[in-house]
Amino acid sequence: MSEGMGKELEQDLERELGLGNQVLPYLRQDRLPHIWCPGCGIGTTMNCFTRALQDSGLDMDDIAIVSGIGCTGRTAGYLNLDSFHTTHGRAIPFATGLKLANPRLKVVVYSGDGDLSAIGGNHFLHAARRNMDLMVVCVNNFTYGMTGGQVAPTTPTGPTQTTMPYGNFESSFNLPALANACGAVYVARWTIYHVRQLAKAMKEGLQKKGFVFIEAMSPCPTLYSRRNRLGDGVDQVKYYKERSIVKNGADTKDVGLTYQGDIVVGKFVDRERSTWMDSMNEHYTKVLGDKFTPYGVTDGQD
Amino acid sequence: MQADPKGVLTGIHFIDGDHAACEGALAAGCRFVAGYPITPSTEIVERFASRIPTVGGLFIQMEDELAASITIQGAVWGGKKVMSVSSGPGISLMMEHLGYAFMTETPSVWVNVQRGGPSTGLPTAPAQADMMQAKWGSHGDFEVIALSPNSPQECFDLMIKAFNLTETWRVPVFFMMDEVVGHMTERVEIPSADKIEIVERKWTTKEPGEYKPYETTAEDPVPYMTKAGDGHRIHVTGLTHDERGYPNMTVATQEKLVKRLNNKIRDNADQLVDVREDGVEGADVVVVSYGITSRVAMAAVAQARAKGLKVGHLRMVICWPFPAKRIKEIAKKAKAFVVPEINLGQMVLEVERAVAGSAKVVPVTHAGGTVHEPGVILEKIMEAAR
Repeated sequence: MSEGMGKELEQDLERELGLGNQVLPYLRQDRLPHIWCPGCGIGTTMNCFTRALQDSGLDMDDIAIVSGIGCTGRTAGYLNLDSFHTTHGRAIPFATGLKLANPRLKVVVYSGDGDLSAIGGNHFLHAARRNMDLMVVCVNNFTYGMTGGQVAPTTPTGPTQTTMPYGNFESSFNLPALANACGAVYVARWTIYHVRQLAKAMKEGLQKKGFVFIEAMSPCPTLYSRRNRLGDGVDQVKYYKERSIVKNGADTKDVGLTYQGDIVVGKFVDRERSTWMDSMNEHYTKVLGDKFTPYGVTDGQD
Repeated sequence: MQADPKGVLTGIHFIDGDHAACEGALAAGCRFVAGYPITPSTEIVERFASRIPTVGGLFIQMEDELAASITIQGAVWGGKKVMSVSSGPGISLMMEHLGYAFMTETPSVWVNVQRGGPSTGLPTAPAQADMMQAKWGSHGDFEVIALSPNSPQECFDLMIKAFNLTETWRVPVFFMMDEVVGHMTERVEIPSADKIEIVERKWTTKEPGEYKPYETTAEDPVPYMTKAGDGHRIHVTGLTHDERGYPNMTVATQEKLVKRLNNKIRDNADQLVDVREDGVEGADVVVVSYGITSRVAMAAVAQARAKGLKVGHLRMVICWPFPAKRIKEIAKKAKAFVVPEINLGQMVLEVERAVAGSAKVVPVTHAGGTVHEPGVILEKIMEAAR
């Protein structure tokens, strides 16, 4: 027996017993190691996501993950699911097409703050407005990591970025407020310090019908914290620990982030609203009667 | 296989090219359109939005053309046949996603009802000035197939061909209409579903674990497809990728992938070209045209023949890939080519390239807004014949 085979058996056994690495079965192991820097939090969010997958009770063949471009955008490629690495900012509209074409799928968009709120901002607003049945995870590290640390719509006023060399003078987005205002049915924010809460939110998101938005604050030590003399990844997690305030049900207009200020975390919104497809089916059934066969109700292919 | 009768509106109709194009798509099996309004293409998506609820499928109006052109691609990977519909400014916005469709081999039909440009230009008037954009508009080396109908009947017939081609080759297929073809109303005959031949997607029969989404052979450069939810756990990316679909950004993988993608069309150009010839053999002057201009050219050719000139007419039904081989053959005998088009000289450059100096090439340009006067083309034919 080869050494590799022995390791595989060992892993199977550990899994049976609930021991060992619970994450690996959810990853494309032939794609590891990943590209993320030491101290980066994206991997931690992915770890939480695999936990959520495990706890959701969903069939992994029925889950698809869609990413845009950037460091977080690489997540799709590491998960052992049907996965799509699309164009910059357009993960949400791609996911919309995928979900509508095959409604049996649970479609998750997993991307960064720049991808989702700058170049993809318009799609974010409209998918929330339509209550498209998608779960959107936004890993917010306040910067464009892949391109070398440029200012993002989420960068708080103050810190230095390569395209704000004298400090950022713009105002930043409050993403939970934006999602809430546009009609998201589930809105939560956690940091990568809050691994259990983040995994639970992701699990709830997987089980929720409608537009779900989860913001996961995550350090970018290479291009954000070190550049602003905030230390490395561990220092940022300490900051998350010390300055986070859990306020479930908080009014999203009060949860805006400031530079190294307090971080309001929690589940802010959890409500019911008819999804785009349910609204369409209901409306066409009413106005077209027998001429209309409700879409996606049987096998998702009609 | 035969068309699904649910989408086929069999009968004789008196409809415009936009409506006929929509019926062609429905007959071809298109069951998902994500659109965004833009003149003069809007009627296509309006008709689709009205027809699709009872045919069985979906229409969604997106927030912009960037969204529309990638939403359709999500739908392809969810199992649908799709089209994207727009005109000049919208097509310009869609160009990044044209490249994504090419790179990821996502079958899709891209309808461009051409209007006057550049920029906002002439929204309600015709042009044929996006022919080079269709070929070169997205970044990187890529190939498309581009069809050019000249009547509402062809908007129906060729649309089915466009869908069949995109499924066969897994490259984006452009449907290059123009404002006049889109808005002219004529008789359109839609046959019964059993008379319409449809190419089904090239689905894999391999089991998960055995299947590699971008695996091809020397004999067959077009990979087999699957869709999300079928258990194959595929990865699709616009990055340079290997047979598994995994990013692999090396010179060797780039060379292998980009060459295979382009050679699907380049190596098969001869079987793809579609030209309709009239009196080309033995002609001194050959008029080369496409789309709406071919109908004006017919009048000019008839007038020239009435004057005793030996004039042939070659109409490109498929403009890309360009019928270079056929043009070269004709150039051995003909004295001159006359190329009318509603632009300042686009496809004429390809004619010049193919002819390579062995015959005279005379462009008949038009900045757009209407079609040529036949007399203008006739004048150039007479000039070329001298």
